[in-house]
Amino acid sequence: MIAGTVDAIRRGELRARDLVEECLNRIAALDGVLGCFLTLDGESALERAARIDEELARQRRAGGSAAGVAPAGARGGEVSADAALLGVPWACKDNICTRGLRTTCASRILEGYVPPYSATVVERLEAAGAVLLGKTNMDEFAMGSSGENSAFFPTRNPRDTTRVPGGSSSGSAAAVAAGLVPFALGSDTGGSVRQPASFCGVVGMKPTYGRVSRYGLVAFASSLDQIGPLTATVEDCALVMEVIAGHDPRDATSAQVPVPRYREVLGRDVKGMKLGVPREYLGEGIERGVREAIDAALGAFEDLGCVVEECSLPHTEYALAVYYLVAPAEASSNLARYDGVRYGLRVGAGDITGMYSHTRRQGFGPEVRRRIMLGTYALSAGYYDAYYLKAQKVRTLVKRDFEEAFSRYDLLLAPTSPTVAFRLGERTADPLSMYMADVCTIPVNLAGIPAISIPCGESEGLPVGLQIMGPPFAEATILQAAYAFERATATAPWRRGVGSNG
Amino acid sequence: MAEVRLPGGGRGGVPAGWEAVIGLEVHVELSTASKMFCHCSTRFGAPPNSQVCPVCLGLPGVLPVPNRQAVELAVRAALALNCRVATYSKFDRKNYFYPDMPKNYQISQYDLPLASDGYLEIPVGEGSKRIRIRRLHLEEDTGKSMHAADDIVTARYSLVDFNRAGIPLVEIVSEPDMSTPEEARLYLEKLKAIMQYCGVSDCRMEQGSLRCDINVSVRRPGEKAGTRTEIKNLNSFRAVERSLAYEIARQVDLLSSGREVEQETRHWDEAAGCTRTLRTKEYAHDYRYFPDPDLPPLVLDPAWIEEVRRSLPELPDARRERYVREMGLPPYDAGVITASRALAEFFEETVRAFPQPKTVSNWVMGEVRRYLNEHGIDPEEPGDIPVRPGHLAELLAMVDRGTVNMRVARQVFAEMWTSGRPPAEIVREKGLEQVSDEALIEKAVEEAIAANPAVVADYRKGKEKALGFLVGEVMKATRGRANPQVVNRLLRERLGPPGQ
Amino acid sequence: MPISIAEVEHVAWLARLALGDEEKQLMAEQLGRILDYMGKLREVDTEGVPPTFHALEGMTVPLREDVARPGLSPEEALAGAPDRVGDLFRVPRTGETEGEGA
Repeated sequence: MIAGTVDAIRRGELRARDLVEECLNRIAALDGVLGCFLTLDGESALERAARIDEELARQRRAGGSAAGVAPAGARGGEVSADAALLGVPWACKDNICTRGLRTTCASRILEGYVPPYSATVVERLEAAGAVLLGKTNMDEFAMGSSGENSAFFPTRNPRDTTRVPGGSSSGSAAAVAAGLVPFALGSDTGGSVRQPASFCGVVGMKPTYGRVSRYGLVAFASSLDQIGPLTATVEDCALVMEVIAGHDPRDATSAQVPVPRYREVLGRDVKGMKLGVPREYLGEGIERGVREAIDAALGAFEDLGCVVEECSLPHTEYALAVYYLVAPAEASSNLARYDGVRYGLRVGAGDITGMYSHTRRQGFGPEVRRRIMLGTYALSAGYYDAYYLKAQKVRTLVKRDFEEAFSRYDLLLAPTSPTVAFRLGERTADPLSMYMADVCTIPVNLAGIPAISIPCGESEGLPVGLQIMGPPFAEATILQAAYAFERATATAPWRRGVGSNG
Repeated sequence: MAEVRLPGGGRGGVPAGWEAVIGLEVHVELSTASKMFCHCSTRFGAPPNSQVCPVCLGLPGVLPVPNRQAVELAVRAALALNCRVATYSKFDRKNYFYPDMPKNYQISQYDLPLASDGYLEIPVGEGSKRIRIRRLHLEEDTGKSMHAADDIVTARYSLVDFNRAGIPLVEIVSEPDMSTPEEARLYLEKLKAIMQYCGVSDCRMEQGSLRCDINVSVRRPGEKAGTRTEIKNLNSFRAVERSLAYEIARQVDLLSSGREVEQETRHWDEAAGCTRTLRTKEYAHDYRYFPDPDLPPLVLDPAWIEEVRRSLPELPDARRERYVREMGLPPYDAGVITASRALAEFFEETVRAFPQPKTVSNWVMGEVRRYLNEHGIDPEEPGDIPVRPGHLAELLAMVDRGTVNMRVARQVFAEMWTSGRPPAEIVREKGLEQVSDEALIEKAVEEAIAANPAVVADYRKGKEKALGFLVGEVMKATRGRANPQVVNRLLRERLGPPGQ
Repeated sequence: MPISIAEVEHVAWLARLALGDEEKQLMAEQLGRILDYMGKLREVDTEGVPPTFHALEGMTVPLREDVARPGLSPEEALAGAPDRVGDLFRVPRTGETEGEGA
């Protein structure tokens, strides 16, 4: 879809400026209810798109493509005429830094913060010609699974606005699902790209840890965080991945593995692929409607000639506990810098200790404060061994389960979430019940492996997501399988166009 | 502040009947061009907050990437201190809140440091004493807070500059093997010399490139260790020595009078010459160390470590031994000269041009060091010494030849120091050549004798010293240029032996 | 099982989070319940199992060249400063209860 758009823009059949305008109009019409965006930068986007159109027109008049398309905008750099995302509008989760454009992480503590630099992924997308429309809503500091933890307002699910879009990349997923933008970036620490993709009925991928640079991603849990695309189709996801993936010398955890041309594997036969289905992901907690949709999806893979078998990841039941010790522990340290000294909110209160404590009390919402407390506790003297260290050891066992499974299977299949999108307010009273929403996605982050969520059915009229997991750096294989499924189910009744509101 | 009386006797700052147990924790700034985890410059003295970037400011979303040269310098330091270098070490976060901490955690190394189990040797009496080094690790520096004190308006605030935040440090922790304040100072001097020799750091306490915290306790010989106190806020080696003398005496005083030493951190008050307890309640810090998830383990190739070892320069002790062995210098002199790399190189270059090491050594130990002290110069390079080795060599040659006498030579040296001009030029210009012309001197001798009959009489009565006065008069008459040996000889010839 | 209020206060101090009395109570209960859940991990035998601090096997830290480059100007650095004096960040003085860490 995006590739087609880019071609049209390049050929002059579609003007980038018109496309941006169309998106801005849709945003104006729908976002008042949906609450996807925290910050819109419409003017810059129109300017940038207009420049792209001008340069392309000039080149066409001069007969043939030249090298540079000068872009506009605060973050603009040189863009080549064959840039892969030329003129494509996109939205960026508000925990990814954009130079000169407010970045809040949906928190009051960064309410007015404007970064002086852009994340590496933003620079890459800009170099590829994409046009940033604005920053999307999220759970505060990426801590949440519904979008209700934003300090400003919750995002609503475009498929049913009484329901949550999922989180923490709530705004990004909803924006793509509502057709406000062709693609968006989110971040995934325990499922925050995949789960909202599943709730909203779009495609969302979490790359292998280290596949995409974290430089400029406001850290939540550094050993788990990854940035990933949210798109309407698998092909679009592959395209965006090609642009954002790759080694970054500014990120010491960034992998030196070359980036394949992901789109090349799309359409290849998946016959004979061995697909494991871990039984632990299809247990009691899974809603019946979800179960049925997943079963149907497994059937579709069998029809494609794949071998689909049950397997086991025995330590799955411990993954949630591991995650809710490791992630808050790292977060408690990562969020210590929000102290009112150098940037962000400051609440004066006597001496500096008062300033710290009151700034953080007022600046952080309840879920963030809760996780900071939990994480600090897990690291504190006397508890480090029993909690943090123990959790990291069990993490190794979770990881080994996957390694073992991937020695026998190409990919693993599971639901993305035990349920479909729940109603706003349904789980906010009980943190633990909210945490349970991540039970299918968390193990993937612990192991550092890649996974995608693709729409695979409906339950009660709401989207169900299928999760496809792969060994490290097997994004191509995952995309190949996802694409095959998508094509095979192209005319399924549950596959409504993205851009309709249910 | 009550005077602390030193119980009678004692050795080197430690009262008799007591032992002191001293350990030092030293932070050394590494001489790199850029910071530990980002590309900001480390240049000293830049305007506030002009050497900062998103990484060292701890802005949201940034990540650290370690500096290769910092690792190499740390390995060099570790090897020069005879440590075992770990081929596998890691970075940990040390979590605490303070306004000069951009992230409110410091990236350091906790349970798997870069190096451990080393030592250095300090001169004690005729021999040396080994002070063991427990560990050496890499970490990043914090920013600097200025606490405006006296101004009514600003007294309630601190001002923070982050230029220093992120500068690479090594922390070197000794075992508590030192027993006297002097030993502590000698340890620091040796450490500084070694670091300078290796090009690891310039170790200037006054500039903050070397910082030191002390741990000290006292006990009666044979008894178990006493309660330790920590001393902070030391700005010079002298302060280290003085504060230790004070604190040891304070602890002994407490224990002798049946009171207890409280475990605490004390600040050294340079002006008052005492350590003070902090008014703030001492909270035990829980640093919640955990491995930094942004930094995978530091894995070093043993072959590379060997390469670094092979490329270590000659270290102070080895150089000192070489001076003793090859140049016949007394160990003490050799020790003093080699304590500073700049001074040692200056010395060697001078000897190359004037191959009489003992003479050169006397001048370096004497005049050169005196002038350096007087002008407050702590040379890092030989070039920091205002006199050129070649010029000093020339001067010594002139003395040797008899062109100038020693007194004149010292005058010339003073002029060389301030003007940087070669000695020959100075001597010529000021007409300072030594006068050895016996006819001229004889004339002056006669005049001196004639003008001072009383002194001559004294001399004849047996007062040897009276001759000195007459020598002085002749020197005055010749504007200091007369050859003193000739003057002496002629006077004696003229007057005969004393007592006649 | 809730954790004690004293522990909540201690942890809140370590994290520099001011908590009201009601919050402390709520936190004690919620944290207690969450930590109880974590108790599950005790069931797992981790004898001889190394911790996973870094997701990817065999990652070692890359080292970068020691080259100084310009960063932010003082203006850029202080752009978001809640309080400043010239090119310095200004903060309230460290009071009775804040001490240097190192």
